[in-house]
Amino acid sequence: MTRGIPKSLFLAAALALTAGTAQAQGILRIGMTATDVPLTHGSPDNGFEGFRFTGYTMYDALVNWDLSAADKPSVIKPGLALSWAVDPADPTKWTFKLRPGVKFHDGSDFDAAAVVWNFDKLLNKDAPQFDARQASLVGFRIASVASYKAVDALTLEVKTKAPDSFLPYQLSFILMAGPAQFEKLGRDWVKFAAQPSGTGPFKLDKLVPRERAVLLPFKDYWDKGRVAKLDRLELIPMPEANTRTAALLSGQVDFIEAPPPDTIPRLKSSGMQITSNPYPHIWSYHLSRLPDSPWNDIRVRKAANLAVDRDGIKDLLGGYAVPAKGHLLPGSTWFGKPAFEVKYDLAAAKKLMAEAGFGPDKRIKTKILISASGSGQMQPLPMNEFIQENLKEIGIDVEFEVVDFTTLTNRWRAGAKNDQNAGITGMNYSYAIVDPFNALVRYVKSDLHAPNGVNWGYYADKDMDALVAEAQNTFVPEKQDEVLGKIHAKMVDDALFLWVVHDVAPRAMTAKVKNFVQARNWFLDLTTVSVQ
Amino acid sequence: MLSYFLRRVLYAVPIAVGVTLLVFMLLHMAPGDPVNAVAGPDAPADVVEALRRAYGFDKPLPYQYLLYLGRVLTGDLGVSVATGRAVAGELAQAFSNTLVLALGAALIGFVAGIGLGGVAGWHKGTIVDHLATVVSLVGVSVPHYWLGMVLVILMAVEANLLPAMGMGSTPGEQLRHALLPVLTMAVIPTGIVARSVRAAVGETLEREFVQALKAKGLRRGAIMLHVVRNVSPTIVAVLGLQFGYLLGGSILIETVFSWPGTGFLLNEAIFKRDLPILQGIILMLALFFVLLNLLVDVAQAALDPRMRRA
Repeated sequence: MTRGIPKSLFLAAALALTAGTAQAQGILRIGMTATDVPLTHGSPDNGFEGFRFTGYTMYDALVNWDLSAADKPSVIKPGLALSWAVDPADPTKWTFKLRPGVKFHDGSDFDAAAVVWNFDKLLNKDAPQFDARQASLVGFRIASVASYKAVDALTLEVKTKAPDSFLPYQLSFILMAGPAQFEKLGRDWVKFAAQPSGTGPFKLDKLVPRERAVLLPFKDYWDKGRVAKLDRLELIPMPEANTRTAALLSGQVDFIEAPPPDTIPRLKSSGMQITSNPYPHIWSYHLSRLPDSPWNDIRVRKAANLAVDRDGIKDLLGGYAVPAKGHLLPGSTWFGKPAFEVKYDLAAAKKLMAEAGFGPDKRIKTKILISASGSGQMQPLPMNEFIQENLKEIGIDVEFEVVDFTTLTNRWRAGAKNDQNAGITGMNYSYAIVDPFNALVRYVKSDLHAPNGVNWGYYADKDMDALVAEAQNTFVPEKQDEVLGKIHAKMVDDALFLWVVHDVAPRAMTAKVKNFVQARNWFLDLTTVSVQ
Repeated sequence: MLSYFLRRVLYAVPIAVGVTLLVFMLLHMAPGDPVNAVAGPDAPADVVEALRRAYGFDKPLPYQYLLYLGRVLTGDLGVSVATGRAVAGELAQAFSNTLVLALGAALIGFVAGIGLGGVAGWHKGTIVDHLATVVSLVGVSVPHYWLGMVLVILMAVEANLLPAMGMGSTPGEQLRHALLPVLTMAVIPTGIVARSVRAAVGETLEREFVQALKAKGLRRGAIMLHVVRNVSPTIVAVLGLQFGYLLGGSILIETVFSWPGTGFLLNEAIFKRDLPILQGIILMLALFFVLLNLLVDVAQAALDPRMRRA
């Protein structure tokens, strides 16, 4: 008896240790840059970081993003819709065939009625599930939708106000929440956010505001090839970059977003994996085209684009950037064939400035609105100072007005004509250039200025509007890509922006994190990941 | 004493109402539209207006204030514009987290500060005084943010002894997680309390009654008791003020350590222009200051009868 006690104790301890190790193999703890866990009810806030971590993890859209490849741009693919087609006789009428056998996390069935219910939550102000906050976050994605109805349990018909070939892309942002769970929780979105129900590969286990969200794999996920391998996924808000780095180095998290470039050598020397990949992001100056703007002269716009030493900025960022060749990433499907090459050529820039009547004796003085930090803004202060020096060399004296990111966003939405932007001729804003609307259309369509959209500088060009209309009326994907290429080529040839660099989204993780694929996208597929 | 207490409680009422008005005015004067800050970037104007109506931001400001005051009086602080969650619940959770740090930092800061300051004041002009003064000066001068990062690098990253961030879930874990932020937070009150105690003790020791006590041949211990009794009203006032600052949480410390307290919540609310949360935090902190001042006044009156006549 007395000899048995130590043996059993030893066995218990060994079992406990083994159990601990086994459990630890499958837990991935991620340090996010957000200050709080992004909204979990299916319409995330915190920009695309929200979609990345509490959107596509717990929910699906009718159309999903294929995030399986790191070596080519991501494309859309069937999600909760098996297929879709536009009526050749009436290009405003779409039919979506839905995927059978899909269950929400609460066990209820996904069907066409659930899609109608989700459209109503964003578009039908009289529906009990209508939520102005969600409508403000994602409703604009389906602003072209005129009506929708369930034809049968697995067929959905959508009519748009005018032909809109971008609809499938826009539907990738409309995530399907479970109507049964909403009813069960007393039709309360706040309660739903605490106990959400989507159809995605992860389901929420626990939400502690500002501290963490714990997600568990959804074993009944419809896509058996994407059932999550992790035992648990923890999402931890850590807005301070140095805190994220310290948390990773001290073993409190396994994976961090956006480590500061100057800490990357230290992270590497500690055995951390650093991943990065170009993705649809552009760091640029959005230029005003109001009558008093110096940027109305194409020679000045081109000169500015030729004066920026993008390789120097890439060095400033520790090599974690791709010099811009236009609005879209070089190699993008919609890059087109612009004649104007965006590059560093000081002599050509000075020549263009001289042709425009400017030079050392006649300088341009202008004011640009920038932020000290913010989502996608990378290292805005040193980068802007670098550009300020570059532009000074060709006779453009830039003065900055520095504001916080929320103010910058407010003034971006308000448009260049708004009183609060008086005297401002450009703003440094980073753009997500994922789908045709976000990548191109919203900046160039003449009627999308404030308050209708974010054509901030009031750019208007009849030829461009015609190209946009053509793209929206082209339903064959390859042909549509061609027209989108023409739009981008025109943007570059007209030097509509001052383009600087694309981010490559550096991430750091311990060596234990396996099978992580960093897609060329803002979004990630965490179902492949395991921690060993 | 009771009438003094009641009088002070009555004074607190107009102060609290004044605070609500001031907070409301300042937040609405500050640039930044709370609705634009939370709406999606391309949200159409009619949806933004619907959101504005849903949160009551479409009504005239004086009417908004009266509605707000009416709700506050019934204990309803509204809901967060960013998350839809009740402000009272958010505040309660954040405040209880900050209280852990504040109590720890107060305990360390006040004990160390009183000890250092007392020794320095009692031995004024000696090497002990100089050393204590240097320590308290460092405490007042060292930037929180920097000290927090250094402690994280030394204790979490290099030595791997303590966690770098977060709160932990069990009480034992919480204690380990709290240690570094508490130490960082305790540095400033240590310095300020030490300087105040040193000055008060030194000044009291030079007063005539102390000379008289010495001349009468009282032992050092007895003289010290007289000094303590005389300096305590001043020290209580300093401690009260410092505890108030600690309760406010520190945006920098809570951000560095990702500690989800009032400072962390305040930081998030400022960036998201979440007016109901901002109003709630500032109002609650202001009321705590009023309450602390009241307690300090009562304590001072108990310690010093002359105060009651004031």
